[in-house]
Amino acid sequence: MTEGWTVSRLTWRAPVLAACLCLAASLAAVAQDEAAARPSALDSLVTWMPFILKGFGLNLLMSVLAMAFATVTGVILGFMQISPLALIRVPAKLVTHLFRNSPWLVILFAIMLLVPFQITLPGGERILIPDWVKATFGFALPVMANISEILRGAVMSIPTGQWESADSLAMTRGQTLRHIILPQCIRRMMPPWMNWYALLTLMTPMAAILGVDEALGNTQAAMEAAGSRPEFLIPFYLFLMTIFFVFIYPISLYTRRLEKRFAAAS
Amino acid sequence: MLDLIAPFFERLNETTGLNFSPFYDSYDWGRLVEGMTVSVKLIAAIIALSLVIGVVGAGAQTSRLKLVRGLVAAYIEVFRNTPPIVQLLFFYFGLGAITPQVDMGGWYEPMIGSFGWAVIAIGIFGGSYNVEIFRSGVEAVPDSTKEAAESLGFSGFQIFVYVTLPLAFRICLPALTNNIISLAKTSSLAYVIAVPEITYSLSGIWSDSVNVPEMMVLLFAYYIVLVAIIARVMTMIERRLALPGYGQ
Repeated sequence: MTEGWTVSRLTWRAPVLAACLCLAASLAAVAQDEAAARPSALDSLVTWMPFILKGFGLNLLMSVLAMAFATVTGVILGFMQISPLALIRVPAKLVTHLFRNSPWLVILFAIMLLVPFQITLPGGERILIPDWVKATFGFALPVMANISEILRGAVMSIPTGQWESADSLAMTRGQTLRHIILPQCIRRMMPPWMNWYALLTLMTPMAAILGVDEALGNTQAAMEAAGSRPEFLIPFYLFLMTIFFVFIYPISLYTRRLEKRFAAAS
Repeated sequence: MLDLIAPFFERLNETTGLNFSPFYDSYDWGRLVEGMTVSVKLIAAIIALSLVIGVVGAGAQTSRLKLVRGLVAAYIEVFRNTPPIVQLLFFYFGLGAITPQVDMGGWYEPMIGSFGWAVIAIGIFGGSYNVEIFRSGVEAVPDSTKEAAESLGFSGFQIFVYVTLPLAFRICLPALTNNIISLAKTSSLAYVIAVPEITYSLSGIWSDSVNVPEMMVLLFAYYIVLVAIIARVMTMIERRLALPGYGQ
């Protein structure tokens, strides 16, 4: 979202907060559980926990694959954006702006509805594309555009003097980029890159809207299967938020530490 | 308006098969207009709420009480590190189920509707970013300026309102613009709880008329124009507020 937040202190907060969320979930479950004849909301939650966690596995898989794809394509797009040739630069800029300025949900819809559910290979073979693969692709596009922009920003942030000194050493543009500019860029790109990974992971539950069986979809299915009682809602959703929090919080802490170290170094 | 463009788009549909149904069908046109109005209202409300939260939160973070600072920090961490869509569902279904109902004279309606919950949930989510943005602005205000205000007899609260905040606001405007744009985009999440904003109404149209690609083009165009307008307005504000001696 916003790049380059420099944020604050304290590491012990993570486990405490996670514990608080869990506690709130169980309290909410216990407080609303007076009809003892039926299994309590907490019992149901424990029963369905493996199912939800299995869904979370798919979230992680989608986020890792999407990030890998977005990194590769984003870097290529970023290089196209800084190309001296307008023929390459302008389309790359257009693509970047299109995907940077549209909401995740809209891009996801576009991919899910416009990409066919099966493709026919030249040999006549038909391959079915599972929904989660399409969703992964849909999540990758906005991240790709932002990585492209991060790369462009990082290259722009290198002082012109570096280009000129490389020039005076008779290095070609490719050599300058490879040996002088990029090594410095990678360091600057690391924190925003990790921020985007965290953000991407937080967006993956949107795939549930389009029927992918990931954590959110499984949570809703579990609540329905357990009898869709209204007292399930708070503990189940809190549990879902907790697993995401436990996974994301260390990443964002580490990102902040990196940011601080790089800010101090430069 | 519709009478003017309808013949063209009707012919476009007949000759090329490009079915922009909102531009010739008065019912779909109504849905499109309603979707755009709701979307703009929703975005305005979300931005307003998130700005209020940001200012209040940044003020609370300068508090002397450790508990207050801890609470604000916990709020930021929780809302930034959990999926916004789950937050929205949690608010709408989880908390919506236990909010009181209002007697509407014969039938009962929940006190806060889906629009209200969308504003609350996405506003609180965006506010957690704004607190940090305002805080960085507040920290960038030089101590000497605050000391000067103090020597003029301003109280701590007065210093925050009359000196720190106006300066901090100018300093953090670029970051704020980023967040406001990303909030405008996040507003499309309200689709999940059936707020009739643009994504929802266009999805209604494309499931009725089976014209997904055309409506997608419309949707992308809407958001790109919207983001461009917001960016333009924010640049204008930035220029209007620019202080001599700060920035370029």
